[in-house]
Amino acid sequence: MTAALSIRAARKAFGGLVAVNDVSFEVKQGELLGLIGPNGSGKTTMLNLISGALPPTAGEILLDGRRISGLPAHAIARQGVSRTFQLVRVLPSLDAEENVMSGAVFGHVRLWGEDARRVARVMLDRVGLGERAHMPVAAMTYIDQKRVELARALAANPRVLLLDEWLAGLNPSELQIGISLIDELRHEGRTIVMVEHVMDAIRSLCDRCVVMSSGRMIAEGGVAETLSDPEVVRAYLGDDDA
Amino acid sequence: MMGLTSQETKGLGLGALLIAIAALLPLFDDGFYLSISVNIVLYAALCTSWALFSGPTHYVSLATAAFYGLGTYSVGLGIEVLPYPLLLAIAAGVGAIMAGLVGAATLRISGVYFVIFTFGLAELVRQLVTWTQTKFSTAMGLYVFTEMTESHIYWMLLALTGVVFLTSFLIARSRLGFAMTVIGNDETVARHVGIDTARSKIILFMISGAFIAIAGAITAPRYIYIEPPSAFNPMISFLVVIMALLGGTKRLWGPLVGVIPFTIVMDFISSNFPNHTMIVVGLAFLAIVYLIPHGVTGLLEDMQARWKKRAAPVVEEKPA
Repeated sequence: MTAALSIRAARKAFGGLVAVNDVSFEVKQGELLGLIGPNGSGKTTMLNLISGALPPTAGEILLDGRRISGLPAHAIARQGVSRTFQLVRVLPSLDAEENVMSGAVFGHVRLWGEDARRVARVMLDRVGLGERAHMPVAAMTYIDQKRVELARALAANPRVLLLDEWLAGLNPSELQIGISLIDELRHEGRTIVMVEHVMDAIRSLCDRCVVMSSGRMIAEGGVAETLSDPEVVRAYLGDDDA
Repeated sequence: MMGLTSQETKGLGLGALLIAIAALLPLFDDGFYLSISVNIVLYAALCTSWALFSGPTHYVSLATAAFYGLGTYSVGLGIEVLPYPLLLAIAAGVGAIMAGLVGAATLRISGVYFVIFTFGLAELVRQLVTWTQTKFSTAMGLYVFTEMTESHIYWMLLALTGVVFLTSFLIARSRLGFAMTVIGNDETVARHVGIDTARSKIILFMISGAFIAIAGAITAPRYIYIEPPSAFNPMISFLVVIMALLGGTKRLWGPLVGVIPFTIVMDFISSNFPNHTMIVVGLAFLAIVYLIPHGVTGLLEDMQARWKKRAAPVVEEKPA
């Protein structure tokens, strides 16, 4: 079986700075992969290479065996890659339902009219915002905006969902809600790549994780073994604690 | 997006009614009032076409004169050999192609660069036409002799305005319109939900350019003698921007609110103070940007919101 997503020697250089340095890994169908590492290690850049926000300098990225690297972001979205953003990005002049519809109208499924509206409703219910479908998103709390963003990504029925620190900035009770929501998505069989700093979430949610440091992949495997890998500990905490 | 709401049906009906009433004007007057009304519908058509693209994208285009002039010249060059309706179609095609080329080259650049480029483009086209005419023909301009009267031009411009309105309305309800709303909100999100942002903007710019060129083609017989300084007059580009901003671009009918008073005032000024027109235009521009940045329609909406608040403030302030 081909992997849902294959990253092969992906590289991104900004002038002399190599943000992603020949990283290779695979994400299996229905797997939740955690992409972790200290700040500035290249995780978000990696996600940007997958979603097409940035073109890779070298290497290739395959979705279900088909090359998507080098395509513009909108073409990659139509192939079935959806994402959320590190700093939440909602469409401020629209209400929640219209925000979510944008995912269904232009993305992987391309619905229109009532069909798109129906999907938007289902997705808003899914993230627990069914009651607030017509609320302007600009008036929403941070977690609700994050929910709208997630619903928008899900409305495209993506083959791969990319979450960029979706749990960051939530308070402890919101975090519990967020974690159980992602857990449900995992049990539905979604293929997810999650960039995350919240270790509790990584331990309880991820099937596997990939650890990056200074642009390189330094470890890959099951969560418990990877997190106890001496090199990973060193990357996070420095030499003395290893 | 779906079936018509009752408000939309009312709006469409009202629009049709207004156009029908306006169409009666030449029956009552064929002098001053008709002449100023031609100016009003001309700028109504130009402003709504301009706002069709610049409203949702926030790209300020100063290429109006280029499209307008190309439309005028399409008629000027072809009037002796081709039927007039065909010339209108050719003008639309030339305008759309020009807009497509400009769009492909410039819509990736943003903000002030786009403004400068479009302005430069209009001047370039004007210089090219002037150069070609002096090089290859003896006259500076072209004669356009037709049977058309001021009334005919008025009716055609009115019909064009109606078509532009209807097109804007249909686009707003289409996938393209929704795409433009998303782009206007956040272009990064737009790309990542699967919108080909460059393509959407180019299509819209082409539609807008085609309509402006048709307006130029319809107005051509009015000039009788066409030459580059009048057909590609940069003043047209500026006036369109000022009037559209005065009205406000958020609503479909916004530009109209700016066009009618401004055209009347402009006419008054250019007939009474012909040497100071530019100063007045400049002052008007400053006043509009400072005093009513969201246009008259924005002002009306603010007042409406304030009125609502005043009507029902008690609910929020009551202690639980």
